[in-house]
Parts: sequence; structure tokens; C-alpha cells
Amino acid sequence: MKILVPVKRVLDYNVKARVKADGSGVDLANVKMSMNPFDEIALEEAIRIKEKGKAEEIIAVSIGIQQNQETLRTALAMGADRAILVVATDDVHKDIEPLAVANILAAIALKEGPSLILCGKQAIDNDFNATAQMLSAKLKWAQATFASEIDIKEDIVRVTREVDGGLQTIDAKIPAVVSVDLRLNEPRYASLPNIMKAKRKPLEEINPADLGVEITQRLKVIKTKEPDSREAGLILENIDQLVEKIQENVGG
Amino acid sequence: MKILVLAEINNGELAEDQTSKTVSAAATLGKVDVLCASNQCSDASTNIAKMENVENVLVLEDELFAQGLAESYSETLIDTISSYTHVFAPSSSFGKNVLPRIGGMLDVMVISDVSKVISEDTFERPVYAGNAIQTVQSIDKVKLISVRTSNYSAVPLTGSANIKKIDCKSNNTLTTFIENKMQTSDRPELTSAKVVVSGGRGVGSKENFEIIEGLADKLGAAVGASRAAVDSGFAPNDWQVGQTGKVVAPDLYVAVGISGAIQHLAGMKDSKVIVAINKDEEAPIFQVADFGLVDDLFKAVPEIEKKV
Ligand SMILES: Cc1cc2nc3c(=O)[nH]c(=O)nc-3n(C[C@H](O)[C@H](O)[C@H](O)COP(=O)(O)OP(=O)(O)OC[C@H]3O[C@@H](n4cnc5c(N)ncnc54)[C@H](O)[C@@H]3O)c2cc1C
Repeated sequence: MKILVPVKRVLDYNVKARVKADGSGVDLANVKMSMNPFDEIALEEAIRIKEKGKAEEIIAVSIGIQQNQETLRTALAMGADRAILVVATDDVHKDIEPLAVANILAAIALKEGPSLILCGKQAIDNDFNATAQMLSAKLKWAQATFASEIDIKEDIVRVTREVDGGLQTIDAKIPAVVSVDLRLNEPRYASLPNIMKAKRKPLEEINPADLGVEITQRLKVIKTKEPDSREAGLILENIDQLVEKIQENVGG
Repeated sequence: MKILVLAEINNGELAEDQTSKTVSAAATLGKVDVLCASNQCSDASTNIAKMENVENVLVLEDELFAQGLAESYSETLIDTISSYTHVFAPSSSFGKNVLPRIGGMLDVMVISDVSKVISEDTFERPVYAGNAIQTVQSIDKVKLISVRTSNYSAVPLTGSANIKKIDCKSNNTLTTFIENKMQTSDRPELTSAKVVVSGGRGVGSKENFEIIEGLADKLGAAVGASRAAVDSGFAPNDWQVGQTGKVVAPDLYVAVGISGAIQHLAGMKDSKVIVAINKDEEAPIFQVADFGLVDDLFKAVPEIEKKV
């Protein structure tokens, strides 16, 4: 079977987002960008499934600007077999909405026929947590979100999900879309030889029109502002002072 | 405008706090209908009917809805849902699972984690782990909104809504529920507790986490954790506070052995008062804490527990 893994290029999780002075968004010029950490976990899972002999091919897809090539090269170096870059904009500050991403991925899925699409549960930039669910709806496939365990049996995938009350296990009919959570695995680093090998792996470049998809933005961003900031408070001298502060604020 | 709220009901049990705060956010636009779909609805629907600003409670009792599977909603209720202009759900694991799938079906965007409803088409939501707040305006015919419930208060129980049974041909051939492993606890719920005591990697082990739990119980608090504490197996996943865990805003948040990474702050920096205990005076948590104590937690926490 084939596994499709969408990977997003986002502001690196160690970099603090800075709001642009004109309020038009978060500054992404000359900052470190990386693969969305949740997508790394999704890709790692796909690679492990393939290593167990349960999948033959892993296709990584990225949607965004030309530079997303770098993210795809990382995916290829980690272990994806080939990559598809969908150039949807030339402006790094234009975020492609989950609905548009889902439409593009659905068109690719219909062409490629994967049995499984593994997505990160959310992108750490727009924090929508929506692409996997929208994609599965578009395809009319089963969805299993927030996976902390994935077990593929013949024609179903058994997924343990991290939910608010604890853990829930469900069976999803294959083909399915699964979104992954933090505890699923720890992604590997690409080794130097694999980084070299990745340069020769196929990377196809297309645009949304090639797939017959039109991108219209549904949410107009009117402004972006800094959150209310908190001031650093008092460092207390001793435990008794802290006890006093706690007592003042319990039930207050 | 026609507004619908999806009530969160887990196996017949209403998630009252989440649902009520979602009604509160939705009601800033007008009166609302609430969809009460579960395997058992009588208790839940009676409770919802008392919530202020609820006009109609639509009751759909069916085993299919017991476990919040997204397909049950999207395959069954799409006609009912699309007759509304606004559909709200809590931004809980339930809402985040179900609402975007409905968006995919209707070809409309979902507006996730809304912290403020500004008008019928304009909303505020945090992005980048809360390091920026975006105002967005939707052009979609149906607005699908998940609500960051920690930003709203519960509605008073002064209403008396109509309870109406609705009939739908139920269907879900895609997913099957297998089992739940839910945490049971006598402590208050993390997302609605007035006091939260959280432990991080500094706590060191699952056994040591009892120190955190001991202080929490003394204060009548819920227990939270950092991702590092959950990843290391010190605490269960449903205790994680942060960008990708739960968002809390209690009167008092006590962070113990937590460094204060942005991803953690995203889940607790709207707390009224933050107290931090950390042995490293440089820990970033002290930048947001109202009161800090630089001390070894193994010495400080048991002593605090004794004295409060
Ligand atoms: C995609 C992504 C999503 C994430 N989502 C979340 C999230 O939702 N929530 C979250 O919390 N994190 C999240 N993280 C992880 C986050 O970046 C941090 O790694 C994590 O919050 C660190 O946890 P910590 O503070 O417990 O551990 P550390 O950063 O290791 O801090 C431990 C602290 O304990 C102190 N300490 C140690 N021993 C003692 C002692 N004896 N007494 C007192 N103090 C002591 C140390 O001084 C230190 O400050 C996410 C990361 C990524 C990449």
C-alpha cells in the first residue's frame, strides 16, 4: 500500500513569533523555518509502517511556496520515496487555509490512490487543527484524529486517540485519514548519507490549477496583534510568603 | 441568523462546563438552538434546556452518537446543520474532531479556537501558540466556530427552552468504537477548575508526582502537567496543558518544576494569578509568574502542603 504524508513548512518551534509592526501578520522574513513537528511524527510513523513491510511507498506532499522544496528534501532524507510540491503562492506570508489544502490533497489522493494519509494534528503556526478532518470529509473516507497508537490490520486501521478524558480506541476502515499526536513516536534525524541520497529522489513540482483546484481564501485576516503581555512579578524570599500568596488567591 | 450549538455529550453525560461556555459565546449573537445527540439524552437535554438564551433543544437519541465519532455527525446530520448560519462547538477534543469534518462536507472553513466573537462574521483567535491574536472575517455561507471556552463564563440556568425530538436516518459505516480508557478522578475538571497545580519534568518520576497531587488535593485543585512530564510517563495525556494540550485559565495556577516553554505558556498564561516554583532562577516561567519561589520543589512543595 501507499501512504501519503502532507508536510508543512512553518516557523521553527524554537523561534518566538513576532508580530509585524503594521499588524499585517507574523514576520516570516529571514527567520528559521522547519517542518511542522506534528508532520515529522506523521512521516516517522509512515516510515516505521514501511519498515515493518506493511507499505511499499511513501509520498510526501508540501503546499506553499517554492522554498517548501527544502522541507520535502528533509522528508526524502528521513525516508519518503518521492515528493510532490504544490506551488500555491509566491508569498511566504500567505498561509494556505486548511480547506484549500484539503481540496488539493484530495485531488492528489484521487490520482495516487494511497490507502492511508497520515497528517500532523495541527500546524504550529495557524493552530487550526482541521486539515485531516476536512480531507477525510472531501474523500468520504474514515477519519481518526489525535493518534497515539496506530495498528494496521488487513482492511482496517486501529487507532488509539488522545481525547480530553483519556484514551479512545476506534477502528477506521481503510482507506483512512489519520491525524497524529505528540506521543505516537519520536521522529528520527536524517543521516548524512540519506541527505545525499535524497537529492536524487524524485520531486515533482505542480500547481493547484494542474489539479483543477481553485484556491479562494475564506477567512480574511483583518489584523494581527500581540497578545496582552504579562509582567514578571515578585520573587519571594521564603516558603511562608508563598503560602500566604497561595492562600490569598485560592477561592478568590 | 440561525445559530446552532453542538452540545458535547460523552456516553450520555453532558460536558456541562464546555457546552455552557459555548452557548455563552454563541449567545453574543442571539438566541441559540442546541443539538443534543447521544445514546442517552434525557438528563443532558433537561440541563441544556435551563441554559439562558437557549430556545430549542434538538434531541437525537441514538447509540451512534455515544462516542463522539465524527462520521456519525457528518454523515447523518449534515442537512440539519446546514440549515443554520452559525454552528458553534467547544474547542475540546470532541469539537476539534467533529466540526472540521462538517466543514469539509459543506465546503466551508472552520474558525478554530475562537477567543472572542466580535460580530456575526468577525472573530478573534490566537495563532502561533498564542504569540499573536488574529482578527478574521469569514465570507462563508455557514460559519463553523469552535470556542476557546476558557475565555467565556458559563451561562446562568434561568432558561426554559423547548425540547424537540428530531429524527434522522443515522449512518456511520466508516468507523467503529472499540473502547475507552478514561481517567476517573474526584478532582475538579482541569479546564474548569478554579485552582490548578501542574508538574513538569523537574518532578522526576510518576511516584514523585504524588507530591504535586498532594498539594492539589489540599487546595481542592485540578492537576496539570507539561508535555515533558506526560511524555516521560509521569502523568496521563489528559493532564497536558499547552498549545497542543488543554487551555486553562484558573484563578490560581501553580507551576512546579516547569521551565515555561512557549508551548506550555500558550495553555495557561490567561490564568489570573500564576505561581512558579523552580530551582533555576533563570527559568522563563518567572517572566510570566506573579509570584515566584526559587527553591527545590522536593523541599518546598511538601512544606507548602503542610502550611496551606
Ligand atoms: C509541536 C510541539 C508542541 C508542544 N506542545 C506542548 C504543550 O502543549 N504543552 C507543554 O507543556 N509543552 C509542549 N511542548 C514542549 C515544550 O516545548 C517543552 O519542551 C516542555 O513544555 C518542557 O516541559 P518542562 O518545563 O516540564 O521541562 P523542562 O523544560 O525540562 O523544565 C524542567 C524544569 O524543572 C526545573 N527543575 C528541575 N528539578 C527541579 C527541582 N528539584 N526543583 C525545582 N525545579 C526543578 C528545571 O529548572 C526546569 O526549569 C511542545 C513542543 C512541540 C515541539
